[in-house]
Amino acid sequence: MVKAKQKVEPIEKCPSGIMGLDEITKGGLPKGRPTLICGGAGSGKTLFAMEFLLRGALEYGDPGVFMTFEETSADLAKNFITLGFDLPDMISRGLIATDHVYIARSEIEETGDYDLEGLFIRLGNAIDSTGAKRVVLDTIEALFSGLSNTGILRAELRRLFHWLKERGMTAIITGEGGDKTLTRYGLEEYVADCVILLDFRIEEQIATRRLRIVKYRGSSHGPDEHPFLIDDSGISILPISSLGLDYPVSNERISTGVPKLDAMLDGKGFYRGSTILVSGTAGTGKTSLSATFADAACRRGERCLYFAFEESPRQIIRNMSSIGIDLAQWVKKGLLKFHSARPSLYGLEMHLVTFHKAIEAFNPRVFIVDPVSNLTAAGTPAAVKSILTRLIDYLKMNAISTFLTDLTHIGSSLERTSEEISSLIDTWLLLRDIELQGERNRGLYILKSRGMSHSNQIQEFLLTNQGIDLVDIYTGSGEALTGSARAVQEAQEKASELADRQEVERMLREQERKRKVLEAKIAALRAEFDAESKELELMAEEERKRQALLAEERLKMAQLRKGESSAARRSVRKKKSKGA
Amino acid sequence: MKRKREKTSTEELTKAAARQDPATYVFRLYVAGMTPKSTQAIANIRKLCKKHLAGRYKLEVIDIYQQPKLTKEEQIIASPTLIKKLPLPLRRFIGDMSDTDKFLVGIDLKPKNS
Repeated sequence: MVKAKQKVEPIEKCPSGIMGLDEITKGGLPKGRPTLICGGAGSGKTLFAMEFLLRGALEYGDPGVFMTFEETSADLAKNFITLGFDLPDMISRGLIATDHVYIARSEIEETGDYDLEGLFIRLGNAIDSTGAKRVVLDTIEALFSGLSNTGILRAELRRLFHWLKERGMTAIITGEGGDKTLTRYGLEEYVADCVILLDFRIEEQIATRRLRIVKYRGSSHGPDEHPFLIDDSGISILPISSLGLDYPVSNERISTGVPKLDAMLDGKGFYRGSTILVSGTAGTGKTSLSATFADAACRRGERCLYFAFEESPRQIIRNMSSIGIDLAQWVKKGLLKFHSARPSLYGLEMHLVTFHKAIEAFNPRVFIVDPVSNLTAAGTPAAVKSILTRLIDYLKMNAISTFLTDLTHIGSSLERTSEEISSLIDTWLLLRDIELQGERNRGLYILKSRGMSHSNQIQEFLLTNQGIDLVDIYTGSGEALTGSARAVQEAQEKASELADRQEVERMLREQERKRKVLEAKIAALRAEFDAESKELELMAEEERKRQALLAEERLKMAQLRKGESSAARRSVRKKKSKGA
Repeated sequence: MKRKREKTSTEELTKAAARQDPATYVFRLYVAGMTPKSTQAIANIRKLCKKHLAGRYKLEVIDIYQQPKLTKEEQIIASPTLIKKLPLPLRRFIGDMSDTDKFLVGIDLKPKNS
């Protein structure tokens, strides 16, 4: 693109007030210009135009003119009532002017050159009477079926759109869809500013509505088809297809509701705002796990939105009370909200819109779909994936933790989700049954969990009347056992363990005894040795004394030899015998 | 709306029947200002009426710029528009009346396939 040298004002937009439209058009329809809404019969063109006018009049203070070529004013009023708007009242308040242009070909004869000045005057008159800023022409193509001179008609239409632009009217022109062109009479040639295509498709007996902005001169727009919904509050368009991967992430962890499962997930549970998928065949406890998660969320005081595609809310509440989970209390407190519908009730887009609307209305922190695989009943796998991608993106954007269950079929690989949505999933739990020795037991393991170190063990998944419990499964002697086989094996192991322990104890006692004997022997020897030592000591002492005496005697002897009596020698001898 | 129109037509019919012979034609010509198309239409219709319906027609010319509200009431979209109010059925002729055959067929003065 070449940069404009002069500063050009960007195109001004006129908010339509239609839910979601202003987001995908980044502000609304081009202000003061005509917009063409085209689509087949029953695609919602008139309703679209009607809502544009009503919202304009009530929410943006723009009076409007509704010029209809198909319905009488009375029929129009009835249609408005379906959206909850009182048309006669709005007319009397000067907010809306209607004009029914009645063209009957049988009454009309063309006798030469003419123009549509009459129509201009009527429109002008209606615009002036209300000070209208918005105009709807529904469906101006009726002119083509009423008048045969298309040369004049085309020239006059060109003039009409130009005239509307000149008067600064934000106009909606509706047009019936054609075979090769967007509209049957090629209205898109004249309305060059903005063209919106409404589509109503039936795939496998299920209808979906889609909207696409074909053209928006002077504004960027996504090329996607946006599903939309028509209900008693009008049109809601989903603006969520253009989300990127730049959603916020949280480091906060939330409990799964099962302490042992938390333990398997790094000891803390799931990340807030992450997407969790539980896969499993029928009857493996997916709903129980969902309910436990919902219960845990409500216990934290968080709102939880629960979409049930298989069971009615009451049935879920009853069934979960059998495993000790009281969901009814949370419903009563307004923390838990169920949405129950058969997936085939309406089309995929409708489901997405319903999700979207319910989330907008309830603003949950936790969102559960049980099971998401049932959506395949409402569309093709590719469509389901695209819908889920959009849904998950939207939920991530809002940091809503998402818990999806997926019913896999016996025979197909468990690790293959039917929608192949695994790449969208942050934490993927697998519930599988383990058939062994005439029993079917449930096993749970974590297939993946982004951003945490998680357990690689298969745990036996038990549904007790106090809720879900996980038990380590027996993995000794090279095989994995569950259920009663595990119990038997454990008992056997316990018995042999006991025997082993007793043997060891016996040996320990024997050893102790031996030690004691040894110690006794050592003590005896020591005592003997001590006795001998004592004896020796005494003997040594005696010898020392004797030596001392001997020395003394020798001394005395020497003295006596020098002049002592024999009597003195005797007394010394006496002393010596006394000492012995 | 249609019913309402028929009602007025019936009233007019009765009035007309009371005062004139049944073959009296009542025309109303709506034009948007004095454009060449308008003057052409007025001239053409006058000429045709004088030639074919001399003495038994009434023609009223109305400028829709002067009476814009009539456009809605009379379901006018094109200009010029000539409405044959009487005799019934009501017929509309749009254009400058240069196609005289269509006009004459339209007011049943000429068989359709001629």
